[in-house]
Amino acid sequence: MEEVRLMKGNEVIAEAAIRCGADAYFGYPITPQSEVMETLMERQPWLSTGMVVVQAESEVAAINMIYGGAGCGKKVITSSSSPGVSLMSEGMSYIAGAELPCVIVNVSRGGPGLGTIQPSQADYFQACKGGAHGDFKLIVLAPASVQEMHDFVFDAFDLAFKYRNPVMILSDGVIGQMMEKVILAEQRPRLTDEEVAERYGSWALTGKPASRGRNVITSLDLDPYEQEKFNLKLVAKYKEVEENEVRYEEYMTEDAEYMIIAFGSSARICKKTVEIAREQGHKVGLLRPITLFPFPTKRIAELAEKCKGFLVAELNAGQMVEDVRLAVEGKAPVAHYGRMGGAVYSPDEVAEALNEKIINRK
Amino acid sequence: MAEMKVEIRKENLVYQKTPLLTDNTMHYCPGCSHGTIHKLIAEVIDEMGMQEQTIGVSPVGCSVFAYNYIDIDWAEAAHGRAAAVATAIKRLYPNKMVFTYQGDGDLSAIGTGESIHVCNRGENIVVFYINNAIYGMTGGQMAPTTLIGMKTATTPYGRDPKLHGYPYRIATMVAQLEGVCYVTRQSVHTPAAVRKAKRAIRKAFENSMAGKGLSFVEFVATCNSGWKQTPVEANKWLEENMLPFYPVGDIKG
Repeated sequence: MEEVRLMKGNEVIAEAAIRCGADAYFGYPITPQSEVMETLMERQPWLSTGMVVVQAESEVAAINMIYGGAGCGKKVITSSSSPGVSLMSEGMSYIAGAELPCVIVNVSRGGPGLGTIQPSQADYFQACKGGAHGDFKLIVLAPASVQEMHDFVFDAFDLAFKYRNPVMILSDGVIGQMMEKVILAEQRPRLTDEEVAERYGSWALTGKPASRGRNVITSLDLDPYEQEKFNLKLVAKYKEVEENEVRYEEYMTEDAEYMIIAFGSSARICKKTVEIAREQGHKVGLLRPITLFPFPTKRIAELAEKCKGFLVAELNAGQMVEDVRLAVEGKAPVAHYGRMGGAVYSPDEVAEALNEKIINRK
Repeated sequence: MAEMKVEIRKENLVYQKTPLLTDNTMHYCPGCSHGTIHKLIAEVIDEMGMQEQTIGVSPVGCSVFAYNYIDIDWAEAAHGRAAAVATAIKRLYPNKMVFTYQGDGDLSAIGTGESIHVCNRGENIVVFYINNAIYGMTGGQMAPTTLIGMKTATTPYGRDPKLHGYPYRIATMVAQLEGVCYVTRQSVHTPAAVRKAKRAIRKAFENSMAGKGLSFVEFVATCNSGWKQTPVEANKWLEENMLPFYPVGDIKG
């Protein structure tokens, strides 16, 4: 039977991790996402599903625990917020370099530095453009509701194992802290050690039986030509991801002359802006990228053929706007509107910016 | 003169390497302690019949390629993070025998935080700590364990505590922690030392499988290339300089 609850976004991450049959969570407390680990510790999933939960001594340790757990072929998840994610970035590079599946949740806050503890989308570049050394990409999902915080944990694990690549859920302090209705999935069983060995025994650390050579989880190759072959393999993988996994949501785009592009919590605000603008007599639509990598470049390029202008509304100084400009290729004006440091715009403020920067631009 | 007949037959075999040591040519310099310690670990895993149950975590440093030499599953960790990697592996596979193999730079410089906390959590793993008082792989720079006055690539006039701080003994530090059941310091520079070291490795592995907590085995080791000595000189230097500061023997358990 369907289970409906009123929950915080952060609590839902924990609940979804348990219910999707995750094997472990490793993390370190940081505002505004500490409820993830608090909820797990209260739920004690090691007594029910056998899921391991460890409070690490730092985000650096936590992400390396993720590396070890993912190397075992297990479903492992961590969560943090912006400064903590910066500390994890080295580990993400190693995880991508060793082609390991895992889920990393960033409930982002204002920066740079310690910044604020209020919501922000200033980590778009970090999430989508590598964020650490070496040529690699995370697959990035951007939830806009508490329900999506739940659903994307399941989706993120599916993608992580399908492509053997780290997947980030890029959320923010709004979605993490707000309470909404959520429909919880039924509990899925964790894979047994035997099932893990059967599915992932070709690469994972399961203990070396006589029947196979040893498995080594590593990102090291001193031969530049071998390393380049590996880099090309990653390039091909990311291309495949771009071809198959683009997800976005459209709102009132059929007749739209002007487009707002926004992701995550910002898209929730901009939905209202669309209604306000339509009441003012402007045909405005909204495109919400759900996957930030892969980015819905093709769809935005199509819209650029028929739309008169784009406003990219993000809670940052202008990051996703660069990807929108690349997609639009100068066929229509593209402007950015943002608030920063933890400040959040109202639907009216975005409507005003839309009028000023796009509809009535001189 | 009596005629001598040599027969090479299997039944006359008195020694052979354990099958757990692969046939890959080791990249270690002649005289380096790593090869001997690898052999001992491989022998103990084999003698315990634990090949299929053992997962190793190799560090960044000279032993980064340990996974090429011991025929078990391995994770190669980021510099200093082996303890965190091993924590997850052991928690997810409590019945596996999990160990880290780390040098002094990896474990007691960049990875000090992870090293202390893995001990404090009392993870049921074995930590092998190879202390040769120098960074071997990067070309002989100062390690946290470099002795006072010792010349390295980054202490060309000798380690001066006013400039570089003091060498420290992390084994005696972690021995204070509740989660640690066994701390010992060994060396492999003489046949007698090798035999003792092997017994320590066995005890540590057995502790981990008995769930007694973390076992920490330090090896005072030679780096004759980094020390710019012949293998024989390095063994002598180890005895005269390293062992007085890092005395061998059990520290706890």
